[in-house]
Amino acid sequence: MRLDCKHVWEYISEYIDQRLEPSVLADVENHLENCEVCSAVLDSTRNVLVLTADNRTFELPVGFSERLHQRLDSVIHEETGPPS
Amino acid sequence: MAGPQKTSSVETQERERALISRILGGEMDMFHELIRPYERMVYSTVFAMVKNEAEAEDGAQDTMISAFRHLKSFRGDSKFSTWLVTIAMNEGRKRLRKTKAIGVESLDEVTEEHEGDFTPVVLTDWREIPSVALEKKEMREKVRAAVQELPQIYKEVVVLRDLEELNQEETAAVLGIPITLLKVRLHRGRIMMQKKLVPYLKRAEVLREKGLLGRFLQ
Repeated sequence: MRLDCKHVWEYISEYIDQRLEPSVLADVENHLENCEVCSAVLDSTRNVLVLTADNRTFELPVGFSERLHQRLDSVIHEETGPPS
Repeated sequence: MAGPQKTSSVETQERERALISRILGGEMDMFHELIRPYERMVYSTVFAMVKNEAEAEDGAQDTMISAFRHLKSFRGDSKFSTWLVTIAMNEGRKRLRKTKAIGVESLDEVTEEHEGDFTPVVLTDWREIPSVALEKKEMREKVRAAVQELPQIYKEVVVLRDLEELNQEETAAVLGIPITLLKVRLHRGRIMMQKKLVPYLKRAEVLREKGLLGRFLQ
């Protein structure tokens, strides 16, 4: 089946997740091979996901870990009594 | 993402199961070790929800404390990380409700019937490399804002799937929604992100092209 671009965009997210049914997948891949516009949409969406998942995007504040473990320590020692 | 990670995920689960039984057996200090790999996951989940850095840190600490106090109720039928991110998600929601209650900001009440424009931006000449783009602080802020400003129902799926990289089944389980609904929300959320971010990346590329005479292009 020939798909138009708008239909292919509907499948972009599932295509990236490799969750498309084999029959649809073949049509989408066929379209992507021949359509510069849709392959650009695919590439840019993929890259946006790479940006989102990158550790630098939501970086931990300086000293976060120390403050967290200090607070946990005080909670833990409320339960157990101070360390001997 | 397939083979090796699965093996290590089994090893991780075994290690965590052992740690949890030691903690429940009285070695409570082992809790530090248990949560150490998940500090970033918890912080970024809460931060994506509440938008404010200081509040995110408070929320992340409260998430860990809550996990410590409720560790007995962890049944081990999901991964520890999935259980923990569920608590983080609920902590973020709780804090958003509070913000709403005092009228500072309203929650986006978006439902599935929400009519939005979910058409991606088409840009054929984009060749920006994500890892290079993120070297700029401005770009990191843009990506963060793009996640944080998504309507709530889309944000939750994008955070779990694309930020914390849970799989579809885990994400659906955390949110208590069917996979079909998850797919719709994820698709829409991703396209909204694409629309928001691609224009900045294009600009970045144009600047670079001027500076480097297109040396890295094509």
